[in-house]
Amino acid sequence: MTLTDKVNSAQNDPAHQGKIKLVSHVNAINWNKIQDEKDVEVWNRLVNNFWLPEKVPLSNDIQSWATLTAEEQLMTMRVFTGLTLLDTIQGTVGAVSLIPDAITPHEEAVYTNIAFMESVHAKSYSSIFSTLCSTKEIDEAFRWSTENQNLQKKAQIIMNYYQGDDPLKRKVASTLLESFLFYSGFYLPMYWSSRAKLTNTADMIRLIIRDEAVHGYYIGYKFQKGLENETEERRQELKDYTFNLMYELYENEVQYTQDLYDGVGLTEDVKKFLHYNANKALMNLGYEPMFPKTVTDVNPAILSALSPNADENHDFFSGSGSSYVIGKAVVTEDEDWDF
Amino acid sequence: MANLVYFSSVSGNTHRFMQKLGQPAERIPLYAKDAPLHATEPYVLVVPTYGGGDGNGAVPKQVIRFLNDANNRALLRGVIAAGNTNFGSAYGLAGDIIAAKCNVPQLYRFEVFGTPDDVNIVHEGLDSFWSEQLATASH
Repeated sequence: MTLTDKVNSAQNDPAHQGKIKLVSHVNAINWNKIQDEKDVEVWNRLVNNFWLPEKVPLSNDIQSWATLTAEEQLMTMRVFTGLTLLDTIQGTVGAVSLIPDAITPHEEAVYTNIAFMESVHAKSYSSIFSTLCSTKEIDEAFRWSTENQNLQKKAQIIMNYYQGDDPLKRKVASTLLESFLFYSGFYLPMYWSSRAKLTNTADMIRLIIRDEAVHGYYIGYKFQKGLENETEERRQELKDYTFNLMYELYENEVQYTQDLYDGVGLTEDVKKFLHYNANKALMNLGYEPMFPKTVTDVNPAILSALSPNADENHDFFSGSGSSYVIGKAVVTEDEDWDF
Repeated sequence: MANLVYFSSVSGNTHRFMQKLGQPAERIPLYAKDAPLHATEPYVLVVPTYGGGDGNGAVPKQVIRFLNDANNRALLRGVIAAGNTNFGSAYGLAGDIIAAKCNVPQLYRFEVFGTPDDVNIVHEGLDSFWSEQLATASH
């Protein structure tokens, strides 16, 4: 069975044709009675991380945008329409589809927060477009996103699992979307940022990356909670399913990466970033990383654009031993020891 | 008392790293009602980073409570932080904060529950770290 056959048969399966089911019964949510403290912790974290694209001074990137070649601009717009599509799916279908499977009412509330934030993310790309591009260019990029086969295929694979009837498989698909599928796109703003281009845009993308990290962590955690109640046989089935889906998505992701980056010669560099993030997506689901370190050696410039703390200077063990800096003493009285 | 102390939330990522490391370790209790942990020997602290963004709340409150004990603080020799580079400048921030507050080196960072390579590096790193500590102490 080819992938297309699988997608088609899933679409023809009655179980996949129904509308998204709703929770059948709702009680008033009591935030003073908590079953899983992770729900509160993640809710608070998401609320504290809340942001809107209007707060990011994207117009400061107009001059920088003008220094990109026409090909680089085109590639960048395509990357962002691809990301827009994923965020739209996650906001409109993905996070919403997890609500009926929630074990606690607070988990339901967290998914509504995630769904809304995904819609904010999707909208934020339009802020970039309206700041930097003409209407004609924007329309053209959106047209490309509906016609690129590999982008459409990745959307379709994920959509099929969201419409399936296995709650834990939905969580796997959702975590792989949050923690893996975005990264072929996220690479590019980090690349521009490392070359001191589109730095405000990159700041906004970092906010999106931060949100997706919490989403992937939380949904992966709920998946692992769900696994606790399953038989050994079923756990093995879900593990096999996860790795198969990862391979299927990865294969497609490599093609998509080639579509976007072959023209500028960055494909191999992007693939390392994919491997690195695929490993973390699997870890969010509780599985050991799949790609060995020989293929996850992300370009240090990209890693440091993502996190300035990711360099080895912070690590006594892995550095030369002389490069670490001992923490500067902070004068603290015992009685006011307070972080 | 072991030479490693760690905190891990109910998601258990840091706990899993410690299991893979396979060295004796004490876990800081999750709940305020639990009996507090008292260190009796020098130790290295392994701690996940919470929050992200402005850095507020990066150190789990259970770890703050543990370090509020002056005796526990006095025996701290180094810190290893867990986190995720996707949190940008907040990656492993709990390690930076504790290292600065307690004037100890930050020894290592790893993501989520650590790769097999992370486990090997920390395993060997801790062995040589404690050898050095002993050599320094005997002078």
